[in-house]
Amino acid sequence: MNESKKKSGLFLIGVGIVAGILLWGGFNTAMEMTNTETFCISCHEMEQTVYQELQETIHFTNRTGVRATCPDCHVPKEWIHKFVRKIQATNELYHKMMGTIDTPEKYEAKRLELAQNVWRSMKKTDSRECRNCHKFVSMDLDRQTPRSSEQHDPHYWDAVDGKEPQKTCIDCHKGIAHSLPEGFDPNAEY
Amino acid sequence: MKKIALLTVAVITTMFLSTALLADVQSLRGDKLDTMAKKPANLKIQNVKGGIERSFKLQPPMVPHEVDKYEVNLKINGCMKCHSEETYEKEKAPKVGDSHYEDRNGKVLKTISSRRYFCNQCHAPQMGADPLVQNNFQGAK
Repeated sequence: MNESKKKSGLFLIGVGIVAGILLWGGFNTAMEMTNTETFCISCHEMEQTVYQELQETIHFTNRTGVRATCPDCHVPKEWIHKFVRKIQATNELYHKMMGTIDTPEKYEAKRLELAQNVWRSMKKTDSRECRNCHKFVSMDLDRQTPRSSEQHDPHYWDAVDGKEPQKTCIDCHKGIAHSLPEGFDPNAEY
Repeated sequence: MKKIALLTVAVITTMFLSTALLADVQSLRGDKLDTMAKKPANLKIQNVKGGIERSFKLQPPMVPHEVDKYEVNLKINGCMKCHSEETYEKEKAPKVGDSHYEDRNGKVLKTISSRRYFCNQCHAPQMGADPLVQNNFQGAK
């Protein structure tokens, strides 16, 4: 191999690395930008409805001042799941352009369906996004109110003993960060 | 002329005296009229296992737990997640009284009557605050 070929080869590798860093970094930064609450509520569909309701709940206002933002619950943390969710979000962009829920009235009409979508995916992942913060091993049932600890108890011991969970968070904790949809039936399987 | 002067003096004296007297007026919480009221004690809603006993017959039972998570509005009644006819057994919660399913003509309805829909109009959670005035009221047992 002569000297100039070697040089151009090295040059190409260098260009490749720099371009790779720029492209990947740019892509990741852009994706992270869409993963902020400011981005989510830049659409009035989210800002005027669910965001207003969130502010009344313990996930926004509480004793310690720690709070959950939209993506904490609605976007997975692991990269691959996050990427899949971001691809699914193109459907949301489509409906944003179509104006499917561009008034609070349209939003209300769709609320049960939209909520069911979230409940279904939460159930499928065993409430993965809840468990990013809430873990049974760190839960002190004695510090909970009697009603809570009574309900959590069997599931707590299942988790500690490493048994298959019988229930997942969302089975009981529906409508905790946003209003429950009209027509919600507490006995129905969603 | 003298009379008017006397009257004026009398009125002014009464005014001064009454403000002096008013300064001593205390509210039941111990606050004076001319100062800022004290901040109320930071009490928490009580969680009472087994419920709070009624003080008199036909008293709407008091709520022995926190209610801030439950919405009651035209769209949804959060209390009925546990206290409805369909769910009370599973949730081990007291069932809403039968009277709450009747309309004003005594007709029994399938869902809770709109007259009884807003639970917290009658059923209140308790803070455990001491009564401002002590009394010897004994509930009917």
